[in-house]
Amino acid sequence: MLTTESLQRIDREIEKYPADQKQSAVMAALAIAQEERGWLSNETIEFVANYLGMAPIAAYEVASFYSMYDLNPVGKYKLTVCTNLPCMLSGGVDAAEYLKAKLGIGFNETTVDGKFTLKEGECMGACGDAPVMLVSNRRMCSCMGPEQIDRLLAELE
Amino acid sequence: MTILGAIQPMLTSGLDGDNAWRLEHYLKRGGYSALKKVLAEKISPDEIIGEVKKSGLRGRGGAGFPTGLKWSFMPRDYQGNKYVVCNSDEGEPGTFKDRDILRYNPHSVIEGMAIAGYAMGASCGYNYIHGEIWEIYKRFEEALDEARSAGLLGANILGSGFDFDLFAHHGYGAYICGEETALLESIEGKKGQPRYKPPFPANFGLYGKPTTINNTETFASIPWIVNLGGDAFLNAGKPNNGGTKIFSISGHVNKPGNYEIPLGTPFSTLLEMAGGMRGGRRLKACIPGGSSSPVVPGDVMMQCTMDYDSIAKAGSMLGSGAVIIIDETVCMVKALERLSYFYYEESCGQCTPCREGTSWLYKIVHRIENGNGREDDLELLESITGNIMGRTICALGDAAALPVQSFVKHFRDEFIYHIEQKKCLVPVDIQRAGSGFFSALS
Ligand SMILES: Cc1cc2nc3c(=O)[nH]c(=O)nc-3n(C[C@H](O)[C@H](O)[C@H](O)COP(=O)(O)O)c2cc1C
Ligand code: SF4
Ligand code: FES
Repeated sequence: MLTTESLQRIDREIEKYPADQKQSAVMAALAIAQEERGWLSNETIEFVANYLGMAPIAAYEVASFYSMYDLNPVGKYKLTVCTNLPCMLSGGVDAAEYLKAKLGIGFNETTVDGKFTLKEGECMGACGDAPVMLVSNRRMCSCMGPEQIDRLLAELE
Repeated sequence: MTILGAIQPMLTSGLDGDNAWRLEHYLKRGGYSALKKVLAEKISPDEIIGEVKKSGLRGRGGAGFPTGLKWSFMPRDYQGNKYVVCNSDEGEPGTFKDRDILRYNPHSVIEGMAIAGYAMGASCGYNYIHGEIWEIYKRFEEALDEARSAGLLGANILGSGFDFDLFAHHGYGAYICGEETALLESIEGKKGQPRYKPPFPANFGLYGKPTTINNTETFASIPWIVNLGGDAFLNAGKPNNGGTKIFSISGHVNKPGNYEIPLGTPFSTLLEMAGGMRGGRRLKACIPGGSSSPVVPGDVMMQCTMDYDSIAKAGSMLGSGAVIIIDETVCMVKALERLSYFYYEESCGQCTPCREGTSWLYKIVHRIENGNGREDDLELLESITGNIMGRTICALGDAAALPVQSFVKHFRDEFIYHIEQKKCLVPVDIQRAGSGFFSALS
């Protein structure tokens, strides 16, 4: 179900914890699985659970509790914009509005070409760099004024 | 990180260049000398904890609990594993200092945690880093590898017989995991729902073992204290408020960022360091310790010094040191609406007063903001906050209630105007200009 490379990465995570606490690796394992598959289907979650020797429902609880796991398909790029108060003061909400207008979608929607999904995010611990956004959970983009957003969208192929 | 401290800053000193985070650079600026000293001189755990107590260091994660005292709660004669855990979950709106500590000075956290492990008899630690800063999580793992290869982590550190290993665990988007027992649940591979206390983590922590949890900045302060002594640290701040502290300044200032200053520095000095108010506008309000701390009117804030006691006197909390600056372009109802939405979103749902109460708070503030407020809504808000506070498992309930109470108390006229006139006291075009986003377009 997952590639050897992903499984090796998960194995390295398991090593961080006591031998009888494999479940501790579930957050990392789900993140790795999502990185490979794009999102977490029930089958993927079940596979991860079995790999770690835990009940599938327990893995599903984790996947549904933490907001960065996607339990539904998302576009090629997921853009999460922080609109919490500190960012809002410096343009976080405006940046989200700008993106909505440019992409023609609202929050939790995906462009028809399947390229972009837009999400509203909570504080990402980077409020001094507002507006802040995350690309597909991995890359943080800081100080995203209109020009920087235009450039980012052009760069994401 | 911008550093303009009046004294030599401790946590952020010597951090220039892209490679400042690397072990080699850290060693060059005296890094790991505290750990080496502890191990070479076989300083007793009691003596270290005594120094930390003397330093007046208070937890930098929000609650301000004295660190030395917390360490002394760990059972001494326990047979079996004990843990030290670093809280780098940093999700409190306004706070972004731990990110910069990990980005520019990760080894100071590793060294601080190793010393903590030695002082509390723990041989394993975890650093819980929130999922939004993936690049920094990766960097921390690289720093751990560096330390391990140099014999500064792992079995028999520097031939001393002391074993300590440390691992990074990442979060994946849940503010509540910053609460220390939710964080432990999360490391155990579960939903991040806070535990009932007692038992406290010192007795029943990670995997049921004795555990001490401290904030990133707290651990980063330890090497300094060991090197120069508790007294020197205390004297860098003011009595009961030892040391320097990193303040994250966001919102309407010219130079948002992190600033390390001695505790007790006037707020006005800090504001100046951050470049002053954007566009020279008036300071309307300040949230001095992260979104969960009560808002303080601008004129009151201008009289404060930045330390636990002064901010408490002004009716708020120093919290995590996240200073959110709000100018006159802001509608306070809208600001509160966004904060209330946050707590509603992030409540873990275990306790009814928090789960239902945060939802009601948001709905009511939302309807006031949107011109549908009712005459008795302010009383309703007060009664709901009263029914949340002190009736929940963790402090998120209080954190959701305090902003509501303080916003309504200090900016009551704006709320009443909204309810009566069905619109903002602050004209919409002025609000729009405040963020500066669209001015970049024209
Ligand atoms: C809802 C909630 C969120 C919290 N978030 C954080 C956080 O992000 N970082 C942190 O260090 N402490 C956070 N805390 C405080 C921790 O529970 C704990 O007190 C702290 O990590 C202890 O470290 P310290 O004594 O060094 O401050 C939070 C508490 C609550 C109730
Ligand atoms: S107070 Fe709220 S966040 Fe804390 S345990 Fe209760 S429901 Fe969860
Ligand atoms: S409020 Fe947006 S990163 Fe903190």
